[in-house]
Amino acid sequence: MKNLEDLKKQIKDGLSELDVVIGWTDSFDPLHATPHFMRSEADVDKLKVDALCVHNLATYLPSLKGKKVGIVVKGCDSRSVVELLQENLINRDDVTIFGFGCTGVVDQTKIRRAVGDVGQVEACEVSDAEVKLSVAGKEHKLPMADVIADKCQTCRYPNAVVSDQFVGDEIKATASFEDGYKDLEEFEAKSTEEKFGFWLGEMDRCIRCYACRNACPMCVCRDHCVAQSRDPHWLSQEAHVRDKWMFQVIHAYHLAGRCTECGECQRACPVDIPILLFKKKFNKEIKEVFNYEAGLDPEAKPPLQTFKIDEPTIKEKEW
Amino acid sequence: MAKFIKSDKVSAWLEELGQKHEVLAPRGEGDSIVFKPYDAKKGFNIEREATAPPKKACFPQSETLVKFSHIKDLENPEKVALDVKETIPDSSWVVFGSRPCDARGFTMFDRVYLNGKHVDVYYKARRENTFFITLACEKGETTCFCNWVGSGPSDPTGSDVLMVPVDGGYFLEAVSDRGEALLASSLLEDGGSKQAEADKVRADADQSMGEAQDLSKAPAKLLEAFDDMGFWEEQSAKCLSCGACTYLCPTCYCFNITDESDGVKGERIRSWDNCMSSMFTMEASGHNPRPTKAHRLKNRVGHKFSYYPDLHDGVISCCGCGRCIKSCPVGVDIREIVLNAIAYEAKEKAND
Ligand code: SF4
Ligand code: SF4
Ligand code: SF4
Ligand code: SF4
Ligand code: SF4
Repeated sequence: MKNLEDLKKQIKDGLSELDVVIGWTDSFDPLHATPHFMRSEADVDKLKVDALCVHNLATYLPSLKGKKVGIVVKGCDSRSVVELLQENLINRDDVTIFGFGCTGVVDQTKIRRAVGDVGQVEACEVSDAEVKLSVAGKEHKLPMADVIADKCQTCRYPNAVVSDQFVGDEIKATASFEDGYKDLEEFEAKSTEEKFGFWLGEMDRCIRCYACRNACPMCVCRDHCVAQSRDPHWLSQEAHVRDKWMFQVIHAYHLAGRCTECGECQRACPVDIPILLFKKKFNKEIKEVFNYEAGLDPEAKPPLQTFKIDEPTIKEKEW
Repeated sequence: MAKFIKSDKVSAWLEELGQKHEVLAPRGEGDSIVFKPYDAKKGFNIEREATAPPKKACFPQSETLVKFSHIKDLENPEKVALDVKETIPDSSWVVFGSRPCDARGFTMFDRVYLNGKHVDVYYKARRENTFFITLACEKGETTCFCNWVGSGPSDPTGSDVLMVPVDGGYFLEAVSDRGEALLASSLLEDGGSKQAEADKVRADADQSMGEAQDLSKAPAKLLEAFDDMGFWEEQSAKCLSCGACTYLCPTCYCFNITDESDGVKGERIRSWDNCMSSMFTMEASGHNPRPTKAHRLKNRVGHKFSYYPDLHDGVISCCGCGRCIKSCPVGVDIREIVLNAIAYEAKEKAND
């Protein structure tokens, strides 16, 4: 990040008023970053912001409700903050948002696919154009276009949509809503059998860890999740693909009109199940039915959390 | 007994083993590598450590303990009889291509489920009939630390056969008597001439691991930090309390028991539980002795590096496979936490 020093200064200036500021720092190898909880100037010195900083830190906000928290957000992450504000899961006065214009983050799965094995990463340099890696003594140059997350390829909100401090220049986005749903449209064109077969195959390896749920900033029931509840008893504890699949359907329904497609659910999945596709399906429908997109306006209400006698976009009376 | 198998004969060997046993082998699925019943059409992938360990071989994600049905007495509708059938597994399994840490992981289970006061009959039935053909690692990954926990990239503990990659194939060594039997196949050649090469691969692998940290103080230090919730909150700040780390861990053995019924019939199953979940140790009253993620992570690290070794001759209940680090969605590093705990006292004193 070009303006990292400016950002560090802003955070240091705010530190005395805040209990903690959440950002990112170096992780177990040079190819990974990790969430970073900053309380001192020395912590801020370790801040890192680049394309490896994939985590949506908004996930941590609800559990810190009541504290004064600073948070560093990319465009997509800021939409989760908006959504949390809409749902009163956080107080605007308690959160200081450090936003920036994001040029995209990497998809670690794509990197693994390209390199084959990233078990021994010795060095990594990321720029806007490429990811340069040294793995087990071998050099790899991966063009950013090949390893950037899908969501970034079609990002329409690269700049924090809400912020108290904005660092650096705004980034211009060119993609349209439709661009983001081409993969889904391709999938929808398949037969029902093909679609169901695909999901049974993918969901079979789910280990029911619920990382997808816990990484999701909008999963609010978390500790009272229907997936583990005995009463009501919607899902069994068996390892059957039927229950695993059912959980994803429930997750998608609960996120309809609230999901901002940050992709954390899919990123968190240890066995790389492409569950974002479920969520995208619902978002596309919500857009069609209610002309609504989540996480843009802190004053708006998610359509499934309101009741209107007449929905402007639904023809109820004159068929 | 030392044997050798050419790379292109391995599939045939697996098919041969499959005639007598159920063979579990790692294969690529989507972008991950998971253990699945071997299917010649789908092949196997032993290029790198599998994403998920073969834990389910001896400890399935969910396992039926008994099947039951309620039988109504037509003469006396108030009376309901219960028909219960125990379901002890009776087949045999070969786990092929797991890594030394994966096989060694089950030796942590054994102390709990086989050698204590109470023997777990379900685990015992599977464990005694599961054979491990383990592939030695040529090099550790950045997340591997088997050498910190008294093991190494070609440690044969818990395995029946150790495979060492050599030019053109694999050097095979029987580690147990049961392993000898697995090496009886006519597809295998004598391996004597490959011994020296295999020894070198093993020595180079040991070299690649970097220096091991001394964890001998960990049990006492973790207890010392036990009541300092500030310390644990700091260690767990970024944790999502999800459970991916425990489900991917070859040494995590906690389970839950539930009855899953449908009408008058049902099954009592046991399924993986995990201490990172908010439901873990939740009591019927609603009280939870581990109410926050800080309490839960303390349990996970403390159990592996303190409470378990205290009960089991100092053996650490972590095989160093590194999966909890590399698959954690937020990069929580258990090594870092243990080292922070070991450094704990120094930090306290510095504050005085
Ligand atoms: S979706 Fe947009 S804001 Fe989010 S990481 Fe990608 S480019 Fe950045
Ligand atoms: S469901 Fe997935 S994509 Fe949607 S908000 Fe949650 S983590 Fe993000
Ligand atoms: S993160 Fe993946 S493996 Fe875990 S419960 Fe979700 S879909 Fe299943
Ligand atoms: S350590 Fe990582 S994998 Fe384990 S519960 Fe916490 S976030 Fe999940
Ligand atoms: S604690 Fe982590 S490194 Fe240790 S055995 Fe479990 S998954 Fe592997």
